[in-house]
Amino acid sequence: MAPTSRPLSPHLSIYRFTLTMAMSILQRATGIAQYAGLLLFVLWLCAAALGGGVFDVANAIFASWFGQLVLFAFTWSLLHHMFGGLRYFIWDRATAMDPVSREWLVRIQLAASCVLTPVAWAIFVWFK
Amino acid sequence: MAELTLPKNSRIRPGKIWPRPTAGRLTEFRVYRYDPDSGETPRLDTYFVDRDDCGPMILDGLLWIKNKVDPTLTLRRSCREGICGSCSMNIGGANTLACTKGMDDYTGAISVYPLPHMPVIKDLVPDLSTFYEQHRSIEPWLKTVSPMPEKERLQTRDDREKLDGLYECILCACCSTSCPSYWWNGEKYLGPAVLLQAYRWLIDSRDEAAEERLDNLEDPFKLYRCHTIMNCAKVCPKGLNPAKAIAEIKQMMAKREFA
Repeated sequence: MAPTSRPLSPHLSIYRFTLTMAMSILQRATGIAQYAGLLLFVLWLCAAALGGGVFDVANAIFASWFGQLVLFAFTWSLLHHMFGGLRYFIWDRATAMDPVSREWLVRIQLAASCVLTPVAWAIFVWFK
Repeated sequence: MAELTLPKNSRIRPGKIWPRPTAGRLTEFRVYRYDPDSGETPRLDTYFVDRDDCGPMILDGLLWIKNKVDPTLTLRRSCREGICGSCSMNIGGANTLACTKGMDDYTGAISVYPLPHMPVIKDLVPDLSTFYEQHRSIEPWLKTVSPMPEKERLQTRDDREKLDGLYECILCACCSTSCPSYWWNGEKYLGPAVLLQAYRWLIDSRDEAAEERLDNLEDPFKLYRCHTIMNCAKVCPKGLNPAKAIAEIKQMMAKREFA
């Protein structure tokens, strides 16, 4: 009996991904992205507090195509994480956990975040 | 911290390709092999099963290989009808019982691995000691304080119904070893199978130790490492829903806290 010398059976590398599993990973990833996104927001506020040229530079960076891309992705991440939170809220009530409902729930979450991100940008940025 | 890659002694080498029968309807099996006596790391062997000479289930295929091609192939099996829970393994990327899964459910080569993220004793046989120890830790038996009745402890029809979807669990460990959270924290998180059992006793109207049972589960790891990933409910070969049972326990916890 030498359990430590026993090999570990493969896991991630052989397991067939499921949608709920991928969405769980995405929830963790978007949660981590929130830290980076909020840091950008705080930097922008700092720049605003300093005012003048600094604020102009910050605004120019955020207005560049790359800045806009990052902010767009952050908006999606924020919305996706929020809808994920609602999904967990429903599941924590032990409801909608049957095979049909649970698949619909993750699909609705994905659709909601993907549709509402451009909608939010259309309202607040593109056609302001 | 989760270790996403396999340790050095666990990495899988390409294995032997066993002779292909000259006639018949062939199905390719790619099977995980590990021989503790060889001192070699695990490998993936390829076999060809003659479907015209073999039963329809994955287990039939594996036993055909063992009987006709390679007698060293090692696996657990017993009842061949989905009630003993012995032949649980990872087939085609998902955990299930080899005896109740048909070969026709797969197209192309069928991959067969032991249950994921488990110490391997030999080939498809994982070491389930920790799993059984965790099951023991939730004290899966009726606990009472009231005096013993003259005959048996009675239960209403409605109360008995609450155990449906729970008592059918055969402890095959398909669910627990499908859970990424159990992969990363299998020593401290009890996992779906054991938590479903915990709920089975919590909800039993005859049991009188609910408070004590909940105290035992009140822990950052034992219960709350469930992140509702749902793999457990998807793979259960008996169609049970451990994720729901865990959610019910979490609710019991919250109700107790804020009652």
